[in-house]
Amino acid sequence: MTHPPMVRAEAVTKRYGPIEVLTGIDLVVAPGEVACLLGPSGSGKSTFLRCINHLERIDGGQLWVDGELVGYRRSGDRLHELKAREVARRRRDIGMVFQRFNLFPHLTALGNVIEAPIRVLGTAREAARVEALRLLERVGLAEKANAYPGQLSGGQQQRVAIARALAMHPKLMLFDEPTSALDPELVGDVLDVMKGLATDGMTMIVVTHEMGFAREVADSVAFLDGGVVVEAGPPAEVLGNPRHDRTRAFLDKVL
Amino acid sequence: MSNTETVRVVPVRHYGRWLTALLVVGLAALFLRALLASPNLEPATIGDYLFKDYVLDGVVTTLWLTLLAMVLGTVGGVVLAVLRLSPNPVLTGLSWAFIWVFRGTPLLVQIIFFGFLGALFPRLTLSLPYTGTVLFDQPTSVVVTGTVAAVLALSLNEMAYAAEVIRGGILAVDSGQTEAAAALGMSPALILRRVVLPQAMRVIIPPMGNETITMLKSTALVSIIAGRDLMTAVQTVYQGNYKVIPLLVVAAIWYLALVSLLSAGQWAIERRFGRGFSRGGVR
Repeated sequence: MTHPPMVRAEAVTKRYGPIEVLTGIDLVVAPGEVACLLGPSGSGKSTFLRCINHLERIDGGQLWVDGELVGYRRSGDRLHELKAREVARRRRDIGMVFQRFNLFPHLTALGNVIEAPIRVLGTAREAARVEALRLLERVGLAEKANAYPGQLSGGQQQRVAIARALAMHPKLMLFDEPTSALDPELVGDVLDVMKGLATDGMTMIVVTHEMGFAREVADSVAFLDGGVVVEAGPPAEVLGNPRHDRTRAFLDKVL
Repeated sequence: MSNTETVRVVPVRHYGRWLTALLVVGLAALFLRALLASPNLEPATIGDYLFKDYVLDGVVTTLWLTLLAMVLGTVGGVVLAVLRLSPNPVLTGLSWAFIWVFRGTPLLVQIIFFGFLGALFPRLTLSLPYTGTVLFDQPTSVVVTGTVAAVLALSLNEMAYAAEVIRGGILAVDSGQTEAAAALGMSPALILRRVVLPQAMRVIIPPMGNETITMLKSTALVSIIAGRDLMTAVQTVYQGNYKVIPLLVVAAIWYLALVSLLSAGQWAIERRFGRGFSRGGVR
């Protein structure tokens, strides 16, 4: 590989009190790769995703994004924990889309998209607006620019959330069950936007239960259970011909 | 249902409502008669004093005391709430202790305390340590006049209450909002200012409206240290002419009028900050 991996995890662990949620995650995601994380609920896939942009702090192992340690700065043989400001700086170019959208309800769709470019990157308001309208058009919501989140359907809100993340020009996009809170007929629109992103070469890590999406769009699939990656590889292999019993049992239930 | 004959709809008859209305009007008339029969109400005197210039001066003082105490109290309250929620345990403790003292003692005690601050610290001095250079040195009674004491006591007390209201508002904002903002690379200060506080406002404003109304009436307490407010004005008059009842009615009329104005303002502001939270009423 000529490029360093976009994400590299080595024996990442995370515990909440006595409960060990991640018991040792190893995973490598290359630039431009679309990786889907599958697994039963409680397997740690969402927790691991949240570790990647340091919304959760890891307790052990090491995690790099684009060659930089997540949450720490290394000098010699010491790891210095980063200050809140530095953590924020590194999060700028990692986009995240949440299961429950988490749009800012007091801002319009346009306001949601321009907020971070203006306040964080210092983009001029007019330039941010032009870019935001282009992004809203890309997700098929140009005419909803002035609507508040409360006036939008779940699928529309999630597409605005994707546009909001894209406005920061991320090098990596994290999707945390982006379609799980949607009515079935709205899932397609969101998945279409995600497919478009994948086609454009965006590096994406997607926690999902959409097997069709994983099979069709993903370059790699990782099956998590009990806080470890049980099995990983191309979707045809993992989904079509699983080697582990746990993967097989899970796929039998969801397919 | 048949559609050939015309059927008359008879609404429910509310006999009870008519009966209670009759009863209330009757009792009100009796009370009014008793009131007017009293030789000490003196409606004419009420009219005489309602717009006297020293009463109006008192009204103005009451209004700006309320405004100043609420502005200082809210600003201080935001600071205290943020300190209370900060990860720094020293700041959290400091905020807790402030709220504990100012919420835990009666406002009247605090007002009198600040009024007699000079008894505790006769002089207020500010000097550079080790150099002997004195930057400021005045008798306390000159600096902390009745008005200053009133403003100090009212706003420090309000800070403690506002802090709790604002802290509640901040905690009411969904944690997903903070996470989404953090994921966009926003710093904690920016998240607070642009994402959390604007949403907390919706929860904060109704109780803060309440606080303002309470404050308007609490200013009457500063009459104990001659705070020059509305209550001080009417007290000064009735201590001279003994027309206690008419002058208390004068004060009550003014307080009621001002509170009504504040309630209208509260309604307008609540509508403004409700934007985006209902499907219909977005402007």
